[in-house]
Amino acid sequence: MSVSLRLGLPAPEGKLPEDWGLLPDEQARVHGKIALAKLNEAFAWARKSSLWPVTFGLACCAIEMMAAGIARYDMARFGAEVFRASPRQADLMIVAGTVTKKMAPAIKRIYDQMPEPKYVIAMGGCASAGGPYINSYSVVMGVDQIVPVDVYIPGCPPRPDGLIHGLMRLQDKITRGGKAVGSEAVSAVTAT
Amino acid sequence: MSIERVLPSPNSLEAAADPSFETSTVALGADRIVVNLGPQHPSTHGVFRLVLTLEGETIVDAESVMGYLHRGTEKIMEEGTYIQNVTLTDRLDYLAGMSNNWAYSLAVENMAGIKVPERGEYIRVLFAELMRYASHCVAIGTFGADVGTFFTPLLYTFREREAIMDLFELACGARMTFTFIRPGGAALELPEEFYPACQRLLDDLPRKVDEYEELLTNNEIFVNRTKNVGVLPPEDGIAYAISGPVLRASGVNYDVRRAHPYGAYPEFDFDVVTRPEGDAYARYLVRIGEMRQSIGLAKQALEKVMKTKGASSAKLSPFFRPDPGEGFSRIESPRGELGFYVVSDGSIAPYRAHCRPPSFINIGPLAKMLTGWKVADVIVILGSIDIVLGEVDR
Amino acid sequence: MTDASPLSAEQIHERLAGRFRNLSFVPARAGVIASTIVPADQLVALCQMLRDDQALRFDYPADILGVDYLDYFEVVYQLRSFTHGHDVTIKCRTDREDAVLPSVTSIWPGADFQEREVFDMYGVTFTGHPNMTRILLWDEFEGYPLRKDFGIPAPMPAELELGVSYEH
Repeated sequence: MSVSLRLGLPAPEGKLPEDWGLLPDEQARVHGKIALAKLNEAFAWARKSSLWPVTFGLACCAIEMMAAGIARYDMARFGAEVFRASPRQADLMIVAGTVTKKMAPAIKRIYDQMPEPKYVIAMGGCASAGGPYINSYSVVMGVDQIVPVDVYIPGCPPRPDGLIHGLMRLQDKITRGGKAVGSEAVSAVTAT
Repeated sequence: MSIERVLPSPNSLEAAADPSFETSTVALGADRIVVNLGPQHPSTHGVFRLVLTLEGETIVDAESVMGYLHRGTEKIMEEGTYIQNVTLTDRLDYLAGMSNNWAYSLAVENMAGIKVPERGEYIRVLFAELMRYASHCVAIGTFGADVGTFFTPLLYTFREREAIMDLFELACGARMTFTFIRPGGAALELPEEFYPACQRLLDDLPRKVDEYEELLTNNEIFVNRTKNVGVLPPEDGIAYAISGPVLRASGVNYDVRRAHPYGAYPEFDFDVVTRPEGDAYARYLVRIGEMRQSIGLAKQALEKVMKTKGASSAKLSPFFRPDPGEGFSRIESPRGELGFYVVSDGSIAPYRAHCRPPSFINIGPLAKMLTGWKVADVIVILGSIDIVLGEVDR
Repeated sequence: MTDASPLSAEQIHERLAGRFRNLSFVPARAGVIASTIVPADQLVALCQMLRDDQALRFDYPADILGVDYLDYFEVVYQLRSFTHGHDVTIKCRTDREDAVLPSVTSIWPGADFQEREVFDMYGVTFTGHPNMTRILLWDEFEGYPLRKDFGIPAPMPAELELGVSYEH
């Protein structure tokens, strides 16, 4: 069997397992894996189309996050309208604002309370790498020191369109099957 | 009614990292429980924490724990030049960046004796009043969301805020963190398209305030939830150094624009809006009244800006060194009396830069204001004070 | 405000100096605010007079902040009177090793949070304060950040200081 099939990815187009000279029970297993792959695609589509963020605005970026949620920029079009107050009902944590050392245990706790699969967007300069507070005694230099991050959105603050662009990049990442545990971080470039 | 503090201090990081902290049962008395509100909670005021002690459903004690957004701004300001620090002031009260810029610039100008040209003063008034309107948009919208109107007033008020943000973007390129008002005046010249756009917007705004009032002012549920809730007596207001709409809603006629006139305000014609009741509903009405006053002020300022020619800023070197000395400023920000105290030692960076934040001081009497109310009223009272955590924690 | 009679800084100082020895006055000039400097042991009595005296009536503690002048700490009190409409700036100095000042919370409740912040940032203890704990930083924080000898540390990864870690 080919390596790609062993990993569970969809079979190449136009080639049927029947043509590969497999035994019938092996054929059944391969068909099962393709069905599973298609099911994974379906799950990925469902997950990316209804990302529910947990309300986690910390500082100024929170206002631009609110602006992205209201009528003009409208994150609801992308399925991310329902901001859940409880992390147990959410699957996306948009860390919008400066992460201070006093707040860090709370962030970790909220991240732990979210059920899998969960994603983290670091919105703004402060959440990405400390921002303008790079010399501060009480700021954590980027939330990726505490939780794994999937998408970084630069800006101070990023425009609401920038946040939506980052959200779309996260959706692409989910479609590609990227795991939510920060093995690759996609950076979204904004207009600001 | 003394309560033995058996729990670990809420200000401790170790306790916060310990997962059993929140769920440990504590013997406080047969009918008393401690409820933690925050620092992450859906009311969008930021990372503020309240530890409430409830007897049944009623609050008997409230402890405010803040500092979850303490970024060390004042220490960093001692490292940056005077002009660089203007960028940090935007992030203090992030809903009223222009006002913060102005307060800091005024303190530096008072210390160094810098004279701002007339046109710069009028531009400052125009932008500060537009900023006041935009900030009250957020205050009223989120107050509605706190009370339970969900997002409807928020969508309406943010529509105007977006229009004002567009104007600001036209003038200085930024929506929220402007760094536009700097020591010496305004940073940039206004483009030609700004004036007709501003005029169109200002003609439109009074109608929009009527829309917000239509949604909220006589809404029976809104009135029931906010009338007579969280009353602040005026003597308490003064003794606790409250300022801004909260103090004016308790009947005290204190507006820094009249009490310590600054900038070009002496030339402008406006009323100070006060209400006698001192409850959450009165604070809402004061903010609506101030929005209308801001429209009038902005119109007068726009006329004066269009008529006055000249530079909008004094020429200052980016590394200017004022003589050793001190200066302070007081302005009326949408949240209250915002002040800066700056000390110079003759170098390019301030020796000390201190921000007197209205939100930090306005939550002083919170414990007193919350006692006797229920948890749902806590959200209403906190929302009516309108705090911004960037300012509280700096 | 029927009997509002605002006084100038000099007049306020004269009135205070009538009752207190050892006060010094710094007059206003370019780049300097008019202020009255009071020794620490007379601070509470002076503030009592500032609040209760009929001609002064300072009821609004607008701002309380600290400054580190290397040889000493200076705590600046900016007060306002709503009855008369005048302002005053009071300064009080304390040494760095043993930074203790009496609290004025009993006179103005609004001094509560502001004095806690001065304690948090400078380490100045205010005796008589109902809750002399840190307000902006966490309890276990060591050092007082706004002191001039508290250097700005190089950025450190959070897990080394907090003991917080995460698994990939």
